Amino acid sequence: MIEIRFHGRGGQGAVTSAELLAAAAIEQGKYAQAFPSFGPERRGAPVVAFCRISDEPIRLRANIYEPDVVIVLDPSVLTIAHVEQGLKPDGTLICNTKYDGKHIRDILKVKQKTATVDATHIAMEILKLPITNTTMLGALIRATGLLDKDALKEPLKRRFGKIAEKNIRAYETAYEKTTILE
Amino acid sequence: MPKRVGMEVSIGASEAVRLANVDAIAAYPITPQTHIVEHLSEFVANGELDAEFIPVESEHSAMSVCCGTSAAGARTFTCTSSQGLALMTEIVFIASAMQLPIVMILANRSLSGPLSIWNDHTDVMLVRDCGWIQAFGENGQEIFDLTLAAFKIAEDHRVVLPFMVNMDGFILSHVIEPIEILDQETVDKFLPPFKPVYRLDPDNPVTMGAFAMPDLYTETKKYQDERLKASLPVIEEIWKEYGDLTGRYYHPVETYKAEGAKTLFITMGSFGETASTAVDTMREEGEAVGLCKIRLWRPFPYEAFWNAMKGVENLIVIDRATSYGGPGGPVASEIRSALYTMENPPKVVDFIAGLAGRDVAPGDYKAMYKRAQERIASGDIAGYEIYGVRE
Repeated sequence: MIEIRFHGRGGQGAVTSAELLAAAAIEQGKYAQAFPSFGPERRGAPVVAFCRISDEPIRLRANIYEPDVVIVLDPSVLTIAHVEQGLKPDGTLICNTKYDGKHIRDILKVKQKTATVDATHIAMEILKLPITNTTMLGALIRATGLLDKDALKEPLKRRFGKIAEKNIRAYETAYEKTTILE
Repeated sequence: MPKRVGMEVSIGASEAVRLANVDAIAAYPITPQTHIVEHLSEFVANGELDAEFIPVESEHSAMSVCCGTSAAGARTFTCTSSQGLALMTEIVFIASAMQLPIVMILANRSLSGPLSIWNDHTDVMLVRDCGWIQAFGENGQEIFDLTLAAFKIAEDHRVVLPFMVNMDGFILSHVIEPIEILDQETVDKFLPPFKPVYRLDPDNPVTMGAFAMPDLYTETKKYQDERLKASLPVIEEIWKEYGDLTGRYYHPVETYKAEGAKTLFITMGSFGETASTAVDTMREEGEAVGLCKIRLWRPFPYEAFWNAMKGVENLIVIDRATSYGGPGGPVASEIRSALYTMENPPKVVDFIAGLAGRDVAPGDYKAMYKRAQERIASGDIAGYEIYGVRE
């Protein structure tokens, strides 16, 4: 079982990211679970969402404390949300940042595999909005290989309808542009 | 076999209600409400469900409307949560006394105060004695299945009672997970149209909800109690029929790795899933521990419960609500009472945990197990302990 924790700010779609990933995994015949850290939802406040993916049915109804993957959707929560907390020693950190992986490792004082992409820049260019949920899914799939690259396309189409094409483009661009520091 | 589809559990629940082809839905549409009625209102608006959707100004009115539509012969559904249930409680008792086979999903959440929106079982324990059939599901698939079966059980002429499906708020209601949705043809074979025994009909007038003088009230209550108890074999029969149809069988009491277990956890609702994962780990570490899940809370399934208790030395009951100043949490008090006539009953240690969304992870079950062994060894097993309190 792979456990993933999403960090973002309310309104950026961290919860949507977790849901899309779970939906894609289930469509591929896997078992998955996605849920927010429940609370009063406030636009702009740091938020957390969770996703579990497994080949077996998942029998766990608790938060994720030791994630295999941490994904940070908003650069501004990087140093305030304790994003590195509990990340497994062989885990993966994925960040939306304009800096490189070495810089991120230095400021968070971590040694894990680190993937970086300037998702805000990509989202602003393609979606004209600083909403990085679909963009960062591209980085997630690239850095982890959890699912086939195409597995997200159907869930993206269903979720975004008329703006699905732009979101798929943002997703694919981030997939191409993600840099991985092993 | 139908495909597993990833969806929010609340959406899965609303699919069950759509497939049951309900005639009337009355609900208070804002907090504390779930996506269930939101989705149902969309089904009605876009023509996928031919039903009256009646948005009302309060839950008191929601249950009042449900009583009216059910009495008129309409298959009726509503759902609520926490404060909403508290507000409708007056009419909840009337629905069962009038034998109205309404189905309600209760997204279990805490009651204020302090003001809280999160999950626990305080709301359902408020209406423990309301005379409804009350069952618990532990995941999205179970909520879907129990909801569909609930209509058939409630409307069966041997039963004719309202049915409450309990689903942990947030922990289930807001989670995306795989659910198998049955097709309409299969559901139609399982669930016949609602045929009321009596209905409000201007051409054939009947009296419903009449006044009872002291010389009749006790007899009506005895009848109501016998009626609820007599629903147990019908519930088992219909769950069996549902299992034959889908491969998913449900029982009033279910056990996990109970064979050879000296100690059993007792849980209701979504606790059961995490507890089974914790039991796996503890079994690997050599502990003789298992799990017993109470699926049917009312009518309480005594025989099945006693059968599950044979040879068990210790029980660790995990309550998700408090009975302030009482002898135990609501579940543990019932369990102790049910064990009273048993020869060599197991010892009961009661923990109250997971109040208002407090996370209960596999490690917490292990900690409660350890703490229970200590308390049993020292003979200190009376009352209850609120687990995980920061002091």
